[in-house]
Amino acid sequence: MTTVTGTVVPRRDLRPRRLPSWSPALVAALAATVAVLAVRLGGLLGGGWALTTVVAVALFLTGLGTASRLVEGARSARDRVATALVYSAFTLALLPLVSVAATLVARGVSRLDGTFFSHSMRNITAFDSAGGAYHAIVGTVEQVGIAVMITVPLGVAAAVYVVEYGRGGLARAIQFVVDVMTGVPSIVAGLFVLAFWVLVVTPVINDGRPGYSGFAAALALSVLMLPTVTRSTEEMLRLVPATLREGAYALGIAKWKTVARVVLPAARGGIVTGVMLAIARAAGETAPVLLVAGGNPAINFNPFRDSQASLSLFIYDQAGLASKYGPPRAWTAALTLVALVLALTVAAKLLSRRTRLPR
Amino acid sequence: MAQVTYPVKVRDDRDDQAVRSAAESPPLGGGGALPLRRRSGAEPVFRALSTGAGMTVLAIIVAIALFLVVQAVPALRADRANFFTERVWYPNDPTAPRFGIAALAVGTLLTSTVALLMAVPVALGIALCLSHYAPRRLAGALAFVVDLLAAVPSIVFGLWGRDYLVGPVRDLSAWLHAHLGSLPIFGSGGPYGKSVLLGSIVLAIMVLPIVTALSREVFVQTPATSREAALALGATRWEMVRTAVLPYARPGVLAAIMLGLGRALGETIALALVLGNTFTISADLIGNGGNSIAANIANQFGEANATGRSALIASGLVLFAITLAVNVTARIVVYRRREFVGSAG
Repeated sequence: MTTVTGTVVPRRDLRPRRLPSWSPALVAALAATVAVLAVRLGGLLGGGWALTTVVAVALFLTGLGTASRLVEGARSARDRVATALVYSAFTLALLPLVSVAATLVARGVSRLDGTFFSHSMRNITAFDSAGGAYHAIVGTVEQVGIAVMITVPLGVAAAVYVVEYGRGGLARAIQFVVDVMTGVPSIVAGLFVLAFWVLVVTPVINDGRPGYSGFAAALALSVLMLPTVTRSTEEMLRLVPATLREGAYALGIAKWKTVARVVLPAARGGIVTGVMLAIARAAGETAPVLLVAGGNPAINFNPFRDSQASLSLFIYDQAGLASKYGPPRAWTAALTLVALVLALTVAAKLLSRRTRLPR
Repeated sequence: MAQVTYPVKVRDDRDDQAVRSAAESPPLGGGGALPLRRRSGAEPVFRALSTGAGMTVLAIIVAIALFLVVQAVPALRADRANFFTERVWYPNDPTAPRFGIAALAVGTLLTSTVALLMAVPVALGIALCLSHYAPRRLAGALAFVVDLLAAVPSIVFGLWGRDYLVGPVRDLSAWLHAHLGSLPIFGSGGPYGKSVLLGSIVLAIMVLPIVTALSREVFVQTPATSREAALALGATRWEMVRTAVLPYARPGVLAAIMLGLGRALGETIALALVLGNTFTISADLIGNGGNSIAANIANQFGEANATGRSALIASGLVLFAITLAVNVTARIVVYRRREFVGSAG
């Protein structure tokens, strides 16, 4: 019997050599230090903070790449650099979001007072400090409300046709047009309502004068919301399990009743989510309202008669004023609008999470 | 959970005629089991209503083209210059209106192209981050953050660009001119303010969420077998992305970029606030200037007379035609790809 003596030599070459897990952090710290020293303090290339950051990121990428190439090989180096780039792309997208949010809050709070939400701009010139957006909020709510009343029945019915009734060419054509219509620019929707409703239809009722009104704005918003509502409803209807429909048919229930009482209720949560997202988009639209609502500094509760303002139009108008009172009003209105839109978006997302259909 | 109304209730309804006639009719098999049309008077009405709604969508897109053409014709008749080659925009002149789309169309394409050049690499990076890099649980939250960018109204981006971003971009322009001034695109010596560069950056931020969301959707659909095959052959994550994900997603990414382009071409109010509103054709990006068809409509509408309005509608018609072409092409790419994926899966 012999005994094996000596130590077992581990075959290191079977495991790839890896950089320790703390190495990216070390490279990042080194890159930041070098960048600050060279650019910020040394004054290389002008020396702003933005440039310092760019240099730091570039140093980090080359440093990490080189270190990884030396230890782990070229393929790993490329992988590490790609990972770093992908994450920095995400960070880059956060910058404008954070900046917009910070600017909104910083500039928007100065006029966030009771007057702003209870007064209109009637008899307020660019050089008066008071004034508010009450009239504009009324306009936005009414215009979006009317647009919802138009698009929800129309959009849901069109989706029902495409999913439940339509066959062959026509249904496919409608589906295609709905998809294409989501890309119609908002200004074109505004021009369409201008060319059709304001300049052609209303002069007949209105003894010859073009009728700029809140309703015209609602029509333009409807053109923008209709494809969104139809599209999301289509998708939700397709998710309703076929067994529900078949169960209803097996009980001898008419097709229309199956759709109205079984399929649509089952898809209701998703449809509501789609409508809310469409509302959020429409409430922020400025261009179509600018063309057809006319704008009005006073409160006008009637969307069918005389021109009306809206929150987004109010921002555009006030931002254009060359005075020290206009832009603060615009920023406060922007903060209000973003708060409204965000509330709708977040509510829609939460709702869609709660009402996911089993597939 | 969505509430599901089970059809048992139908017995309480007025037309339980339907149920009875179904019971009396002989047992049906196959396709005959579908509800018969004669059972209910409401069926044709319901079908007609939904068909009508579908047709309305078709009618709207036709009506847009029709009414824009009808309202554009008076101005095009009155125009003393060639609409497609003239750069200036004086349609409100009562005796000799002169206006053309040339400078505006070039400005629109320039701003959108520069915006896409900036937005697309970042958007693809984010989409990859969300689909293949970020931990699954984190990805949903991160995607929501990107969606927040899409929720910000364009007027707010315009206001932010004009009141805040203009400062940093002015510094950037001066730096670019100082170091790369020999390139014609950075040729302007100032003053710097509202420029194509500022407009493109704002536009890039606005296009980013769309391109991200659409390309992420395609990236996620990469067949697991392809991805796992790449990994099993020893590919690193980047090699897996490059060899399995990107080739598979190419047509979808192309469509996403085109849909982003469609959005960029039509963006109005943000650009009305951050572009210089000039009528020159120039490759320079950083000097005061820049314009687009849509921004021009918003800027000129207030002062327009009847011919002016008609001229703006004519320019809107051109914009409609361009965006329609871009969107139709993008959708055809998407549809063809969907059929391909459908047959493969």
